[in-house]
Amino acid sequence: MKAKTTAAPRRTVPAARSTTGVRVRTVRQGDLPEVIALDASVTGLHKSDYWQRVFRRYGVSGQGLRHFLVAVEGERVLGFVIGEVRDWEFGSPPCGWVFAIDVDPQGRQVGVGSQLLAAIRERFERVGVRTLRTLLSRDNTLIMSFFRSQGMTLSRLIPLEVEIGPPA
Amino acid sequence: MKLQKNTRLALYSVLEFARRPGEHVPASEVAERYGESAHHLAKVLSELARAGIVDSVRGVGGGYRFAANAKRLTLLDVIRLFELLGDDTPTEGTTPVDRALSSVLAEINQTALATFGSITVATMLKLVEQRAQA
Repeated sequence: MKAKTTAAPRRTVPAARSTTGVRVRTVRQGDLPEVIALDASVTGLHKSDYWQRVFRRYGVSGQGLRHFLVAVEGERVLGFVIGEVRDWEFGSPPCGWVFAIDVDPQGRQVGVGSQLLAAIRERFERVGVRTLRTLLSRDNTLIMSFFRSQGMTLSRLIPLEVEIGPPA
Repeated sequence: MKLQKNTRLALYSVLEFARRPGEHVPASEVAERYGESAHHLAKVLSELARAGIVDSVRGVGGGYRFAANAKRLTLLDVIRLFELLGDDTPTEGTTPVDRALSSVLAEINQTALATFGSITVATMLKLVEQRAQA
């Protein structure tokens, strides 16, 4: 790397907020509107049908291997995490995959995401899983920073891809 | 990958200040800890102050104080101040070999940037603590 000098933006500390009173439980049908709204506020996409399918697959028929959890304060949904145990894929013994996690932007940096990840991790551990994995875009530095803060490091699995089909 | 001396010094300093939030740490203390001249360190700290990562207070009891958000400031934010980082996209080469090599190097660079960009100062402090206890 070559030396240079430029300026970086100043980072500010957000207002402190506590996670006291926040608990994590399995999602309920009545939580879905808030989950959908939270996802839409972050992604800009309102995917009601998608979330109904996710709820059917992970929320009510998990059988101990699939989990759809929400962090709630009272009955207000602050965040969610979804994952499942997948075994013998990619040459890997059973491992817990987290494929979605999100926290209300107003409730971040106070431990809600950590609570969610700890809860799903505990459920994976109960069925003997010893590795937690996730996959995300390298551009998504915010969520990657979160996973790093939870002790996750670069996996020995490396994702590869190629564009297929006719050129655009 | 090798970081420039100033970059490493900046990272040492940021981690030292972030480890002691709210405290004004004399530059001389950091210089002594890392075996660097106070004069050399002053240039690095000046750049960090200009970027808003540290605040400086002059006079008796003065020093530098961490002014950023440790949960959001990443290693890449600091490194960028002192290093010319490669472009994410492969550059054109004069030969097919140059161009192929360029795309491989760009892939490596993208991974390095993503790694630096995902490790916050708070996470780094945890890693340091773990290494200290190991």
